[in-house]
Amino acid sequence: MTDIAPHAPAPPASAPAAKSSTELLAIAGLALVLAAAPLAAYPFFLAQALCLALFACAFNLLVGYGGLLSFGHAMFYGSASYLAAHAAKVWGLPPEAAILAGTLGAGLLGLASGALSIRSQGIYFSMITLALAQLVYFIALQSPYTHGEDGVQAVPRGKLFGLIDLSNDVTLYYVVLAIFLFGLFSIYRIVHSPFGTVLKAIRENETRAISLGYRVDQYKRAAFVLSATLAGLAGATKAIVAQSATLTDVHWTTSGEVILMTLVGGMGTMVGPVFGAFVILAMQNYLSTFGQWVMVIQGAIFVVSVLSFRRGLIGEIANRFKISL
Amino acid sequence: MIPLLGITTQALFAQLLVGLINGAFYALLSLGLAVIFGMLNIVNFAHGALYMMGAFFAWFLLNALHIGYWPALVLAPLGVAIFGMIVERTMLTRLQGLDHIYGLLLTFGLALIIQGLFQNYFGSSGQPYPVPELLKGGANLGFMYLPNYRAWTIVFSLAVCLLTWFAIEKTRLGAVLRAATENPQLTRAFGVNVPRLITLTYGFGVGLAALAGVLAAPIYQVRPLMGADLIVVVFAVVVIGGMGSIMGSIVTGFALGLIEGLTKVFYPQAANTVVFVVMALVLLVKPAGLFGRKA
Repeated sequence: MTDIAPHAPAPPASAPAAKSSTELLAIAGLALVLAAAPLAAYPFFLAQALCLALFACAFNLLVGYGGLLSFGHAMFYGSASYLAAHAAKVWGLPPEAAILAGTLGAGLLGLASGALSIRSQGIYFSMITLALAQLVYFIALQSPYTHGEDGVQAVPRGKLFGLIDLSNDVTLYYVVLAIFLFGLFSIYRIVHSPFGTVLKAIRENETRAISLGYRVDQYKRAAFVLSATLAGLAGATKAIVAQSATLTDVHWTTSGEVILMTLVGGMGTMVGPVFGAFVILAMQNYLSTFGQWVMVIQGAIFVVSVLSFRRGLIGEIANRFKISL
Repeated sequence: MIPLLGITTQALFAQLLVGLINGAFYALLSLGLAVIFGMLNIVNFAHGALYMMGAFFAWFLLNALHIGYWPALVLAPLGVAIFGMIVERTMLTRLQGLDHIYGLLLTFGLALIIQGLFQNYFGSSGQPYPVPELLKGGANLGFMYLPNYRAWTIVFSLAVCLLTWFAIEKTRLGAVLRAATENPQLTRAFGVNVPRLITLTYGFGVGLAALAGVLAAPIYQVRPLMGADLIVVVFAVVVIGGMGSIMGSIVTGFALGLIEGLTKVFYPQAANTVVFVVMALVLLVKPAGLFGRKA
């Protein structure tokens, strides 16, 4: 290994002079479009898409701003989904409590897996997270609570705070939109806090951050837990929306998909992963009759993105106009 | 049959044999990963897909061209190695100087493409591949029955692993290789064509995966997804061993196969997960892996 080769992280999408106000504008614009979206598309489909979009944003917090490529984020999404489904169906908790339970569970899992993985650098970190996620997958496959191949089905949506009936898809969509915007705004605040600034400094030059006296492992672990918790929020919400939790949610293909969404939308951009999620979902929907070709096309998008499109859709736009999105 | 802790020795040895065979595949695959990582600084996520390609290459040779097992043992790794070298020349070489994660993402995409294409043509079901005539039958060792082909698999892969170790650690070519891993610029200054060495190294590592695929074809069925789940276990094996050492990956591969086999006897529920649990335990004690240098 050479000492000369710079440890080049994800390409910084934001120009140095850019202010975060454009990001806030982008979030606001996105909120407006999404609020009007049920006029144009099925609310149920949109609600599912928003769960994946939040998942991608949570993943992006780790890879885009922390420079840590987790290859096992499905373990947080999936286990939160199982926990929320179990809480709502078996324990009979109301949806808000079920989602909270799933989210906290994912956070705890993040704490445990972060303790094991964060000390390892770069490529090792990716492999360890992948292996830990596979461990979680096999536990989900064999545990009596998850019902193996069937998954947890017919999860009741219930009434939010005992008042709002979620069985109506449109109502459900706006609740999910509120959760999504809460998650996205949290990420925005995290990225622009002093903590987020240190995190980006670690991404750019870890050695220098250490020499400046920062305990980088603690920062990275905190980012990992935050990302896991938000991924859990997405997974738990998804369990209520789709009324099910299945093995697909914990499988490594889901971990791969969230990477693809983030890569296509733009790593290290605020709204990029949202667009990436919608693009990939639309593609899957459109190509669903073509069977395994979806896998081939996803692979091809990976290859093309890595070879010549590393900034992603939103990243390219942001770079063109020298703004931060 | 002498029962031991409620388990017959017959069952114990049968599972140990299965464990050794799995261990042989772990060793061959993690060895290839380690060699590739050393030279290219890329974790080859397509390794499982290329292992599958090796098995299908042999299957295709047999069914379309009536070329048997023994020529396939040479031709399949060669064919897959050529494919790998083309991939390296056209794509991987363009990632030099970028973050490691892009190599992982690119090879992950390649794995999806290859597996998807094979699934389109062969579905998810397995294609049978017969055991070669010469290795049919088996020997009764008194305490267990040993099929000849399985004995061959273990002996042959161990020989290939040790030969690779010898070539890298003890020969002049290996010395050049290690020099280029340590400092490519300086090695180039000595007149070594490092880019070509990198391409050949990738071809070699990939060829090892294909060889494992051919060896596996008569034991497991030839399936498009045969490498997809295996590669995750192999990653865990690599993390346990640490990628710094060739001998380390051989030893860890066989050892974990054995541990997995033993788990199948004494606590079958954990057979799928034991490698990952061992990984977690090792990481708690030695974050760089058993044989690894500090990453």
